[in-house]
Amino acid sequence: MNIIVCIKQVPDTTEIRLDPVKGTMIREGVPSIMNPDDKGGLEMALQLKDLYGAHVTVLTMGPHQAEAILREAFAMGADKAILLTDKKFAGADTLATSHTLAGALRSLDYDLIITGRQAIDGDTAQVGPQIAEHLDLPQVTYVENLQYDGDKQITVRKSIEDGYQLLEVEIPCVLTVLSSSNEARYMSVRGIMEAFEKEIEIWNSDRITINADKLGLNGSPTRVAKSFTKGLKPASQLYEVSPAEAVDIIINKLKEKHIVN
Amino acid sequence: MVKSNYKDIYVFVEQRGGIIQNVALELLGKARELADALNEKVCAVLLGHAISNKAQECIYYGADTVFCVDAPELETYLTEPYAQAICRIVNDNCPGILLLGATTIGRDLGPRVSARLETGLTADCTALAISDKGDFLMTRPAFGGNLMATIICKEHRPQMSTVRPGVMQKGLRDTQRKGKIENVSIQFDHSKINKIRIIDTVKQEKTRIDITEARVLVSGGRGVGNEEGFKLLRQLAKTIDAQVSSSRAMVDAGVMPHECQVGQTGKTVRPDIYFALGISGAIQHLAGMEESKYIIAINKDKFAPIFQIADLGIVGDVKQIVPLLTEKLKK
Amino acid sequence: MDFSLTKQQELFLQMIRKFAEKEIKPVAAEIDELERYPLENVKKMAQLGLMGIPFPFEYKGAGGNNRMYVMAVEELSRVCATTGVILSSHTSLCGAPIYESGTLEQKNKYLPKIASGEWIGAFGLTEPNAGTDASAQQTMAVKDGDNYILNGSKIFITNAGYAHVYIIFAMTDKSLGTRGISAFIVENGFPGFSVGKKEKKMGIRGSSTGELIFENCIVPKENLLGQEGKGFGIAMKTLDGGRIGIAAQALGIAQGALDETVKYVKERKQFGKPISQFQNTQFQLADLETKIQAARLLVYSAAYKKDTNQNYTAESAMAKLFAAETAMEATTKAVQLHGGYGYTREYPVERMMRDAKITEIYEGTSEVQRMVIASKLLK
Repeated sequence: MNIIVCIKQVPDTTEIRLDPVKGTMIREGVPSIMNPDDKGGLEMALQLKDLYGAHVTVLTMGPHQAEAILREAFAMGADKAILLTDKKFAGADTLATSHTLAGALRSLDYDLIITGRQAIDGDTAQVGPQIAEHLDLPQVTYVENLQYDGDKQITVRKSIEDGYQLLEVEIPCVLTVLSSSNEARYMSVRGIMEAFEKEIEIWNSDRITINADKLGLNGSPTRVAKSFTKGLKPASQLYEVSPAEAVDIIINKLKEKHIVN
Repeated sequence: MVKSNYKDIYVFVEQRGGIIQNVALELLGKARELADALNEKVCAVLLGHAISNKAQECIYYGADTVFCVDAPELETYLTEPYAQAICRIVNDNCPGILLLGATTIGRDLGPRVSARLETGLTADCTALAISDKGDFLMTRPAFGGNLMATIICKEHRPQMSTVRPGVMQKGLRDTQRKGKIENVSIQFDHSKINKIRIIDTVKQEKTRIDITEARVLVSGGRGVGNEEGFKLLRQLAKTIDAQVSSSRAMVDAGVMPHECQVGQTGKTVRPDIYFALGISGAIQHLAGMEESKYIIAINKDKFAPIFQIADLGIVGDVKQIVPLLTEKLKK
Repeated sequence: MDFSLTKQQELFLQMIRKFAEKEIKPVAAEIDELERYPLENVKKMAQLGLMGIPFPFEYKGAGGNNRMYVMAVEELSRVCATTGVILSSHTSLCGAPIYESGTLEQKNKYLPKIASGEWIGAFGLTEPNAGTDASAQQTMAVKDGDNYILNGSKIFITNAGYAHVYIIFAMTDKSLGTRGISAFIVENGFPGFSVGKKEKKMGIRGSSTGELIFENCIVPKENLLGQEGKGFGIAMKTLDGGRIGIAAQALGIAQGALDETVKYVKERKQFGKPISQFQNTQFQLADLETKIQAARLLVYSAAYKKDTNQNYTAESAMAKLFAAETAMEATTKAVQLHGGYGYTREYPVERMMRDAKITEIYEGTSEVQRMVIASKLLK
């Protein structure tokens, strides 16, 4: 079984703070990490490797610094790593990103393509399903676990709002996986030592099967018109009022915040 | 593609088990507002099986036209048949805007459809507006909520967006509203549909409490006192779909389990709303919750440190105010 | 010497830091409180290859070096000094002497078990009357056919009772003084070997510190480590290496105390502002940060010398001396800056202060380190 896991290097958004004076985002010193859902997906693939000897390839698109997460994937147990890097890929929105990844996937053998449900820098959850569409494969999103039924079929458990679904899916297919579905393994020390002996394949736009007009900024239907931080907290309001008045004040606030209608 | 051929605002009306989801009604309300600003129509896209009788409801909530596809293939949501149905309606009618709820269904369907239509999709929007120049502005949080970004999709149609449930306001249900219902029949491509089969759908109470994932937390401290006091908090929490958490004092007192403790030795939370009820605000507690987006504090002691970081502070007795609040919210 | 992190070391640091935060830190207070040996965490460390960092793959080691090993001890000790010393004793005091002084047969037999963490290792030199003066060994080893018969006892032995294998020093010829000391590899389970009472300690309370008793203990002659009479040299060489581990432990404790304090002083408000805004706080933190960074460079320098096969006796003594005293100072100041809260078990700094003290005592007191440094200087 050949599994390809699409992973992304993201800033650790839990480490991002707002400048208390300017209200702007402080990006300095924020570490770059493997996106948590992607790591959950990689763990799922590695479990299939443990059970069935699957061959696991990790694929990412990004600048050269993104090699760090590919080394990390090696240290966790991935067999092969590919970095898609080219100036032409820059500025891609989710659609252009999915075209780029799909372009690379077309030249690889796969039985299963796994992505994280979403990346913590954008939280869009779009690239996985878009890859599936470009490759004309079935998709299951929000996957919690997977069972290989042998032959050309898997059973997956998909998380939904009020419970879960069990789905039988023909492979090849695309799955988007939740980080909460399984605790990702640690890198081993030996894995870290060996990760730097292995070669990362670097692919540019010539190496992938896709029209240039689908790539990067030019291939992106959406643009950021503006971005802004939500600003600083205003000073708190303190009320010494009767319980009934207090209740009204709170309810108005909850309405304003759309907690109640 | 001729942009000017694309107009009107389409809303994917999500139903589960024949029940129209709240988010769809919220979207119809928002679509109505946007359509009025653009002088265009609101069209609902209602997909399912034996759901035709729900079409009228969409009109009551703001739709001018309802495209209804009633087919056994659409009985329970699956990506492929729903994508086929939506793409067919889009290709036949050329909408300017297509809105979906940012639910597990909308976030599964939206990107699949956007890729099939080769258009842009903006996920999880919290605000939608039409600019002075008539551009559709889609605003969404990014970087873990630290940054808001306004996205436009200038050259591709339809302009697609998924919208977070609970963010937009439902319109008033107006049974006098008139509209058109169009039943659409579709030839499905079964070779694609057959690749996935639902074996089982299991409803599950979320048993494991994870207060770090709650959108609203009702947190109690010494001022809540005991088990009885926490009952009041639980009733409030149930009314607004919140989780109950606590300060260390109440965990040490054995009233609350450790997994519900907020603070230095407990968990760090950042919900949209944090109710600090009878919590004085020791720094160990503040360390665990100060990044909550909005903090409502009730405490008898007006000098309690919690009021220094609360957005809204009420000086008063939790045991009086909370039951009143719950009661009024229930109405 | 450039001690900045390579990409590989960055990845290693990422892994060990996450492991320490997620697996070790949550139980640190509990194992201290209950004086419980964290065996479950030692097993987790074994799975990741942490019990054999500087040993080669051929012996089931992780194929790393001493630089990575000290980074691991530092990061673990930053959140739990107990875990730091368990790793340090195992690696430096048991794995290292077998790797450095063992025969091929001994290495093949013992190192894979030790480096993989299947077995935990320990070291027994100290006796009731042979502490700083290690030459005053009273444990005797008498050759008897294919075996040595050991009689005597060892005290203050880290990992006692949990270790599967011990490096034990005993007199094979009392008349020769230090040149009559020999080293042995003693397995738990050898006839006549037993573990005596466990010490009740001030700090590193989760680690097991106990007495080893040898009553006509039979050790096969092939378990003699190095040559007969060369034990004292092995002990000193082993302690040179061990001190780098303890220096890293002290460094980790100091860093952990500083981390906690930086977090606390930003949160704690007095006189209407965070205490981090008072110059007294700032100056104290600045001094600590400077000393900790200096200690780190000494530790890395000692590890580098060991990794590059240079003599590191003086460096490891300096690293341990300075890191241990820095740990004591940092933890004391950390408690002081925490005020009354710092004295309670609600915050970890009081534990760190108790843990720090031992780093000035074991594997050579600070006084011994000064002797070592001075003797190198004046020779």
